[in-house]
Amino acid sequence: MGNFFKRVTIGLPYLWLCLLFLLPFLIVLRVSFSEPVLAMPPFAPQFDLSEGWQAFTDAVSRFTLYNFQFVLEDSLYTNAYLSSLRIALISTFLTLVIGFPLAYGMSRAPMTIRPMLLMLVILPFWTSFLIRVYAWIGILKPEGLMNQFLMGAGIISTPLRIYNTEIAVYIGIVYSYLPFMVLPIYATLEKMDYSYVEAARDLGCSALGAFWKITARLALPGVLAGCFLVFIPAIGEFVIPELLGGSRTLMIGKTLWSEFFNNRDWPVASTVAIILLAILVVPIVLFQNAQARAAEAGR
Amino acid sequence: MKSLGSTRRSFTPWLDKETKPYISFQNVTKKFGDFVAVDNLTLNIYEREFYSLLGPSGCGKTTLLRMLAGFEEPTSGEIFLDGVSLKGVPPHKRPVNMMFQSYALFPHMSVRDNIGFGLKQAGIAKAQITERVDAILKLVKLEEFAKRKPDQLSGGQRQRVALARSVVLRPKLLLLDEPLGALDKKLREETQFELMDLQHELGLTFMIVTHDQEEAMTMSDRIAVMDKGTVIQTGTPAEIYEAPNSRYVADFIGTVNTLEGKVKEKAAGKVKIVGKDGFTIEAATTDQFALNTDDTAWFSIRPEKIKVSRSKPDKQTNAVEGEVWDIGYLGDMTLFNVMLDSGTIMRASVLNAKRTVDDPIGYEDRIWLSFEPDAGIVLER
Ligand SMILES: Nc1ncnc2c1ncn2[C@@H]1O[C@H](COP(=O)(O)OP(=O)(O)OP(=O)(O)O)[C@@H](O)[C@H]1O
Ligand SMILES: [Mg+2]
Repeated sequence: MGNFFKRVTIGLPYLWLCLLFLLPFLIVLRVSFSEPVLAMPPFAPQFDLSEGWQAFTDAVSRFTLYNFQFVLEDSLYTNAYLSSLRIALISTFLTLVIGFPLAYGMSRAPMTIRPMLLMLVILPFWTSFLIRVYAWIGILKPEGLMNQFLMGAGIISTPLRIYNTEIAVYIGIVYSYLPFMVLPIYATLEKMDYSYVEAARDLGCSALGAFWKITARLALPGVLAGCFLVFIPAIGEFVIPELLGGSRTLMIGKTLWSEFFNNRDWPVASTVAIILLAILVVPIVLFQNAQARAAEAGR
Repeated sequence: MKSLGSTRRSFTPWLDKETKPYISFQNVTKKFGDFVAVDNLTLNIYEREFYSLLGPSGCGKTTLLRMLAGFEEPTSGEIFLDGVSLKGVPPHKRPVNMMFQSYALFPHMSVRDNIGFGLKQAGIAKAQITERVDAILKLVKLEEFAKRKPDQLSGGQRQRVALARSVVLRPKLLLLDEPLGALDKKLREETQFELMDLQHELGLTFMIVTHDQEEAMTMSDRIAVMDKGTVIQTGTPAEIYEAPNSRYVADFIGTVNTLEGKVKEKAAGKVKIVGKDGFTIEAATTDQFALNTDDTAWFSIRPEKIKVSRSKPDKQTNAVEGEVWDIGYLGDMTLFNVMLDSGTIMRASVLNAKRTVDDPIGYEDRIWLSFEPDAGIVLER
């Protein structure tokens, strides 16, 4: 009885993973091996599992790797990948630079106000992500709030062109993903015993030395978690570059969208998605390893 | 000439008016919000001294050490080290190392790296670091554990790593916050003697917090007994034990019988007290004795200084009869808890000098307790 229960509890996450990850993944993978046709659904070969094994093997024999060749050889796609990678890396770095001091400050704040600070970090989630990104349009556009303020204050005379540039994308990503950076770092710093820092000071470290050797080092698992939590969604981000980045900002999420909905080329869109996943597998595996090691060390 | 107890070594810089103290707390107060953790405290510690702080939990011992190490600034008053004020001097610039009560071992470093951390900070050559860490690992008997992380050690092992980490730097002043509490008795005693040797050899000054009075008595040149942020008495172990200045100190160190009474006759060097327990006590006093006739006084006497007999001693004072209430056989001595007719329980201890006893004292026997006038001390508070 106990054994059965144990198996069910272990099995459930796997079932979840199969239904919500593996199955969709297999469908997308299958589409990426197909050819586009003007039909509904817009790809071939099609097969019906009720027609038996023969129909299935027939269909598989007509699968093609053409889409992969196409995507990997066309510089439009490779440029989009590289540009996404660059934008994701830079925005992860910026988020870290802003997020770490925030998390550190929160962890050193008096016990009584910490819950409130935590609340403030989470508060933006109470509004729709889309609305918050739209709000940035209002702030950043040439006649927007920021330019009005800066010009009103006499700091600049012509409006800054930020809206519809990559800078706007960085602002959008840093703003949207900041909590994902702050929360894991805060969690590690908050449970860190401050007497480690005192001991390091006592043993001859300056304040800065103790910060690097103790605080920063012990926060590393949180920093890694935060970086991956920002980097992974940022690389495939669609909404932010679409709304803030303008037509010149190239990101793979946008490419994917236009293949699916503008060109209705599902096979190429699926191929783009599969390659993106392949690129992401590397950092995801690294992340998993880092998490496992952190769990090991924290035991 | 009479002296209190037997002294460990003739090291008494505090009696010499010429000697400058190494550490000097002058009217130091430390408040946390409204709470006064250290209250207008003044004390001097001399170079090469082994100084112990003793006191109940929360009396401010750790706070005192933290102010010396530089983690807390006094709210008022000043601390001097070698005549120089420590005000505003950051922790890493003080010739002081502290062993933390919570150990504070770096969780991401091995035992070896933890111990070598301070040496590395000091810019000492690698080969020399290895050598010194090896030596200290041997001293604290942790050679096999050098590669382990702190979370793979037992509580006692962790404590020894923390001790090693602070000792290895040989600072002029070493602050140890309950350094041996988690060790078993045998290891504790060994480490005590090793610490004493180390201190002697290297000429260090030690300030140590302990809850173990025996430890404080064995190791210290002087002990400070604290209560609620103030020092009640400072003195050599013998002074604290044999000449406590208050019931608080007498009670805190060792076991003591305290009998309340009223001063009846006062003469040079002696006093007669009529005890509440129905017998008269004649006790020796010092020149400082300030009480007058009819003032309340307390006579305090240690169990080992009371004589136990079956027959009535041949004197009018300093003797009282009672019933044996409890007997505790400890091997080297036997404890008797005796209930006087007034209901007060007095404790006496008898050294078991012989292996066999003729006519042993049993439960509910009526026996006499007696003592000499200078066996106990009259306390005014
Ligand atoms: N940072 C702080 N904030 C507020 N109160 C504090 C702080 N540090 C210490 N205290 C208080 O000051 C008093 C003295 O603390 P301290 O740690 O010096 O005691 P202690 O004598 O070392 O006790 P123990 O023997 O239990 O270690 C305690 O009542 C404690 O609650
Ligand atoms: Mg303490």
